[in-house]
Amino acid sequence: MGMFSSKKYITLDIRKHIETSDKSEDKEYKPYIPNGMWVKCPECGMTLYKEDLEKGNLVCIHCHSHLRMGVAERIKLIIDEGTFEEIDRNIESDNPLNFTDYDIKKYQNKTGLKSAVVTGKGNINKHPIMVAIMEFGFKGGSMSVAEGEKITRAIEKATAEKLPIIIFTASGGARMEEGIFSLMQMAKTSAALARHSQAGLLYITVLTDPTTGGITASFAMLGDIILAEPGTLVGFAGKRVIEQTIKQQLPNGFQTSEFLLEHGFIDKIVPRGELKTTIGKILEMHKID
Amino acid sequence: MNKVWSKVELARHADRPAALDYINIIFTDFIELHGDRLFADDKAFVCGIAKFNDQPVTIIAQQKGRNTKEKIERNFAMPHPEGYRKALRFMKQAEKFKRPIICFVDTPGAFCGIGAEERGQGEAIARNLLEMSQLKVPVISIIIGEGGSGGALAVAVADEVWMLENSIYSILSPEGFATILWKNSARAKEAAEIMKMTAEDLKGFGIIDKIIREKKGGAHRDVNYTANHMKDEIAASLKRLKAKSMEKLLDDRYDKFRKMGPYKLGDV
Ligand SMILES: [Zn+2]
Repeated sequence: MGMFSSKKYITLDIRKHIETSDKSEDKEYKPYIPNGMWVKCPECGMTLYKEDLEKGNLVCIHCHSHLRMGVAERIKLIIDEGTFEEIDRNIESDNPLNFTDYDIKKYQNKTGLKSAVVTGKGNINKHPIMVAIMEFGFKGGSMSVAEGEKITRAIEKATAEKLPIIIFTASGGARMEEGIFSLMQMAKTSAALARHSQAGLLYITVLTDPTTGGITASFAMLGDIILAEPGTLVGFAGKRVIEQTIKQQLPNGFQTSEFLLEHGFIDKIVPRGELKTTIGKILEMHKID
Repeated sequence: MNKVWSKVELARHADRPAALDYINIIFTDFIELHGDRLFADDKAFVCGIAKFNDQPVTIIAQQKGRNTKEKIERNFAMPHPEGYRKALRFMKQAEKFKRPIICFVDTPGAFCGIGAEERGQGEAIARNLLEMSQLKVPVISIIIGEGGSGGALAVAVADEVWMLENSIYSILSPEGFATILWKNSARAKEAAEIMKMTAEDLKGFGIIDKIIREKKGGAHRDVNYTANHMKDEIAASLKRLKAKSMEKLLDDRYDKFRKMGPYKLGDV
């Protein structure tokens, strides 16, 4: 037994969203890392000092697994300080099917967000861009009409202002409670991307853990350049559904970003620490005079 | 008897007419064309060219199969990525030769399997959504049985989307929906009610444009009845769509999907 044997660790479970602190009144989104000094890596089980984890962009210093990152940290990681201007912050889900147990308040309180995506304009290494960042902690990042609308507006604004758009995906797919309306967001966002593309503008997708279902079957797979973080789950169908359909076990590493790279569906896997630099270079090479 | 569930049962009825039954009645000189030119010929899709009242059209159809052997051969109309790429190849060909496109939608959903993931099921569906939104020819999609999720939508980004009276269109099967919500697929009937998957509901929501009538008891009671109604409507619709300028056609298609679904504006 080591010196921490009597300590209570907070387990950072990457399969679950990390609880966040209380709702703050300011407009900054809340951080993802729990309170307390020590956390345990969900992949290798090693103990991590919270401050190190924060400094290291939520990447385990022992096994290099990329823990899930919230919108606030993502903005801090990617966007030049002080340049982010959010748009459409007030768009939130209605309840088009009059679903009885459909309550997003709990997720709004938990994350400080109105919906599962934050959109806005900002700079990356001085290059102006439109950006949409999905928040897995908000009901699994699921896409309701509100998320579809925000992403579509961001794309349309990028087209109108001749800007590149970058979408960071993190979602389990459609919002079941909005049924067919949720499905239609796939068509709506893809059609907006078609117009953006027709205008000769750049779309970069960054796939982060997890990206599945209707997100994979729409804007996640439509980037001119598709980047992904290491070890990211990316797939169309859920693993359990596939196992039940084909009645066999799935191979190791199935539906990881490495699996997609091998099969030719993503351009590059970029470790989190190099993400901003890589995107910056890509933007530099797509500058419009 | 649960009214919605009876429609689900009719939509999946063993004797329900499949796409080829309608194609044979509505069109003449149908020539089936095969393959995605990349990997395979997915038999869940029947594609080809035909004449509609002497006018060439392209047909894209999900085909369920009428007997056990054909059902297996067609994978119960659950396409692989190569199926969606085959459909897209013929849609782009239609665009080149300025032929209208008629899609028959009938699938429980895109296939879920190892090969489907390896070959990019998500990418294939996504690509179709994007490309269909820009096709420079009139596109009509008709849901004739099951319209299962992204697997159906991938051939239903059209100028007009119609449903047969007893067909269904949804984000997920009611069984899958019940499993996700209540961890109990046996509550599918309940799910079907809540999901709003009937032609009537979806017409009310503005998700579809037209309901095609079926003979009392279901389309299998009289396939000609439904086919003839469909034929009249296709003729009227093509006339309407061809009268539009290209720009108007594409703008209208864009706006149609752009407006789908309500959201709220909360406090900032
Ligand atoms: Zn670790």
